[in-house]
Amino acid sequence: MSNINLQCLLGIQCKDFVMIAADQSNSHSIMVMKDDEDKIHKISDKLIMGVIGDQGDSTQFAEYIAKNIQLYKMRNGYELGPTAAANFTRRNLAEYLRSSTPYFVNVLMGGYDKENGPELYFMDYLASSVKVPFACHGYGGYLSLSIMDRYYKEDATEEEAYEILKLCVKEVHRRLFVSLPNFQVTVVNRDGIKVLPVINSELLK
Amino acid sequence: MARYDRAITVFSPDGQLLQVQYAQEAVRKGSPVVGVRGPNVIVLAVEKKSVEKLQDERTEKKIVPLDDHVVLAFAGLRADARVLISRAQIECQSHRLTVEDPVSIEYITRYIAEMKQSYTQSNGRRPFGISCLVGGFDYDGQPHLFQTEPSGIYYEWKATTTGKYDKTSREFLEKYYSAEAVENENAATKLAIRAILEVVHFGQRNLDVAVIKRGEPVTMLEPSAIQDLIAVIDKENAEAENR
Repeated sequence: MSNINLQCLLGIQCKDFVMIAADQSNSHSIMVMKDDEDKIHKISDKLIMGVIGDQGDSTQFAEYIAKNIQLYKMRNGYELGPTAAANFTRRNLAEYLRSSTPYFVNVLMGGYDKENGPELYFMDYLASSVKVPFACHGYGGYLSLSIMDRYYKEDATEEEAYEILKLCVKEVHRRLFVSLPNFQVTVVNRDGIKVLPVINSELLK
Repeated sequence: MARYDRAITVFSPDGQLLQVQYAQEAVRKGSPVVGVRGPNVIVLAVEKKSVEKLQDERTEKKIVPLDDHVVLAFAGLRADARVLISRAQIECQSHRLTVEDPVSIEYITRYIAEMKQSYTQSNGRRPFGISCLVGGFDYDGQPHLFQTEPSGIYYEWKATTTGKYDKTSREFLEKYYSAEAVENENAATKLAIRAILEVVHFGQRNLDVAVIKRGEPVTMLEPSAIQDLIAVIDKENAEAENR
């Protein structure tokens, strides 16, 4: 049985930034192996990708996408924007889905586009891709979505968005039967990528 | 047997590989390229073919980045170069993917040289008609400047040149290269431009210059900056003549 739904990804896109949070648990069967895993990958200067799914698939897929986007930059002299990067990623997911070796990963991709500002893309292992203001993956997402619905504001500040994510994590801690103690948070804005403090029960006190 | 004609890379009776030599001839006809290595900087300079009035200059690049820290300049057939560059760029990313480290300059040079060599020894192919200068900084911070030839040979240099009239510019570099002449960015850039001006048609000084510094992204000098440096060089030359 896969643990793809036991992991959790959260994402919010506001006027000036896009913020992604991911749980840091690495579990194998019923056992937690690690709770400081890095699931948010830096793809380029202003592009990040949160990936959950089978552990090997997640790393392999994220690195493959990151290196191809870097290759695009070297070849063409300019970088792929978030929309283009999301399309490229979705297409790869779709092609692998129909091969004998599909990647079993769910993805949130966030980036800052020079012209269009921050963008957030929701992608799943069946290769759907939707541009959304906020999104979640996993059972934790079911609990978080209503919170985001309630508190999301398009012109929220980074502090406010971080507070919304804290509310979501609080709910995951209270209601979900799985232990997801730590959530890493990364934000992308006009100036680039910034790593924010990890959300855990210590911080939520 | 007509079938033997299909092999294009065969020894001539006196032991030469004519196709490889013809490829080297294509390099000798290519526009000049100069590379200079200093302790803190690598400079690559090329003569740009004069761009047609209505042409987009962007499509006439002879200096291309292979990765964040490696740059390649070439003399010879640009069509061949495109294929080679594309393969080298893929290898740079592939190397990062497999070993999580950027390529060393020697590694990527060897990769290019190996590819060139394989094209001199297999059927139905012809050698690459280009010579490449590959410059950049290794992971440990060491600067390197390499050259590859159509045969698959590669060398490392302090300063080198290839393409049209390479003998003239090489003699120039041999005469004027010194530790002081490359000690900083400005001096090394000037040496590279002076070397290439030796062999550029007078009045048609259309240059492209790339400057690579340790841990920084590659910069292409602005045309105005190049013209300023040329003006300084001209002035120094005039003063030297008057003396």
